[in-house]
Amino acid sequence: MLLSALYNYWVVVLLMMTGLYMVIAQGNLIKKIIGLNVFQTSVFIFYISVGKVTGGSAPILSQLATVYSNPLPHVLILTAIVVGIATTALALALVLRIRQSYGSVEEQDILTRDSQC
Amino acid sequence: MIESAVSVLAAMMLGLGSFFMISGALGILRFPDFYSRMHAASMTDTLGTYLIIGGLMFTAGWGLPLFKLTLILVFIFFTSPTAGHALAKSAQLSELRLGGEQSGSAKPGAGGVHSDQHPDSRDLARADRV
Amino acid sequence: MELILDITLLSLLLVTAVYIAWTRDLFAAVMLAGIYGLLSASFFMSMGAVDVAFTEAAVGAGISPLLMLSTLAICGRAQRANPQRAILALISVTVVGLLLISATLEMPAFGSPDAPAHLHVAPRYLTDSMREIGIPNVVTSVLASYRAFDTLGEVVVIFTAGLGVLSLLGLQGETLPRQVQSPMAEPSHLVLRVVGKVLVPPIMLFALYVQFHGEYGPGGGFQAGVIFAVGFILYSLVFGLDAVERIVNRSLVQALAALGVLVYGTVGVLGIVSGRNYLDYSGLAGDSVTGQHLGIIAIELGVGITVAAVMMLVFFVFSAQLVRGRVVQHAS
Repeated sequence: MLLSALYNYWVVVLLMMTGLYMVIAQGNLIKKIIGLNVFQTSVFIFYISVGKVTGGSAPILSQLATVYSNPLPHVLILTAIVVGIATTALALALVLRIRQSYGSVEEQDILTRDSQC
Repeated sequence: MIESAVSVLAAMMLGLGSFFMISGALGILRFPDFYSRMHAASMTDTLGTYLIIGGLMFTAGWGLPLFKLTLILVFIFFTSPTAGHALAKSAQLSELRLGGEQSGSAKPGAGGVHSDQHPDSRDLARADRV
Repeated sequence: MELILDITLLSLLLVTAVYIAWTRDLFAAVMLAGIYGLLSASFFMSMGAVDVAFTEAAVGAGISPLLMLSTLAICGRAQRANPQRAILALISVTVVGLLLISATLEMPAFGSPDAPAHLHVAPRYLTDSMREIGIPNVVTSVLASYRAFDTLGEVVVIFTAGLGVLSLLGLQGETLPRQVQSPMAEPSHLVLRVVGKVLVPPIMLFALYVQFHGEYGPGGGFQAGVIFAVGFILYSLVFGLDAVERIVNRSLVQALAALGVLVYGTVGVLGIVSGRNYLDYSGLAGDSVTGQHLGIIAIELGVGITVAAVMMLVFFVFSAQLVRGRVVQHAS
């Protein structure tokens, strides 16, 4: 019973840690951004899981349903997804600029270039 | 009577569609080279999706959902073969030959169309890089 | 049955995420990230979050991999390993993960209706929104009316991110040589060109449907904006960047991005003019429900315009970079 009650949250934690691992351990900046995206989606999954009510239908009012899922997390995550892609685009633009200035997107190369000057 | 016949038909179509989907997935995993994998993916995917959406259309009843499913069907009718075609075309343009060889001569019996177009496609690939 | 579906989807998500972290081929990682987005959209669907699933399917499986692929096309798909840091990272990640898992033991059980999250404002939204706002989709009424100020902030963030991308990359690509085009613009891609031409109008129509049907079903400005941008992006992928810039040039898109925010803010000011608070639409028409309805349509339009314009702008800037890179490569 514990499994079905908390499985979602455990998967969220594992996904989050996979994303965090990518951000910390990988030297490639694009891989770091993919890791951030994985991390971000795990937070989305967490919010939506919290908003779920057993037996509840989608929060669009109708005569057929009486129990609805919580609409508030849906609103927060809906906007967060689009903001997420906008910030991802900004991060990718930064990566492209770094690539133009340093000629590489590997963290080690960038640090060596920095220490040289 | 008719209702139960319709639901049996829908169930059969859904089951068959799922079978095609699974066999397509197996094909992607098991087939040796790019073109046969792509064949497995696009062929069974198209058929599987048609069957599944068709089965859903039988269960949907008359109404807006049926119309939406029809639109989805039409959309997939256009996109799925196009995606397969685009994949094959770009593989051909990047000189991927049957048997997984990167450029080099086409294997004997690798399909007349491919070997016929060989010089042509190389020119196109070169033109792309220019 | 629903439980099995959830657990399967979550396990697939986990496998995908671990493989993304494992693989050293960035192209595979980006493709898997697209699958990850689609899987999470399916999961949101099974959780009853239809609006969120819609957005995630359009963004996570559509635009996000596209932007990453265009970055990869410039930066290369290989990645270097870093073994000594991997062990350190693994240890710290494990510790943090165990702490978080021990924290989840205190969480209310998944789906329980008496969890604290469901007790405070949500019941009010669900019981009163039909009377106060008069539209069936509660997510839209919360997004565009109850929490409109919050959404204004989000739209400004999107606009600012677009400005950031533009100031980082957009100001260099002024003198593009005209002869270089998208590889898909080759005449040999006849099927792609024909199907692309056929598909663009239905995509636009669908975007408009999503935009204006958001009060009654899943949809709204955010999703519609993304879909609208996807239509233009498809066109530019098949016919080249120039063909799109002949229809909507860069400065028009930039102006539209600002216009959406302006529409949103103006509707808020109209609320003040009509004697209510900022972004309170009740006074916009004779009775408050009609006023709310008008206000929601107006600000959803603003959101849609800004999101579509920023997404298109970002894509145009990225593919202009790609073309420039190819020209530089060819010249050297």
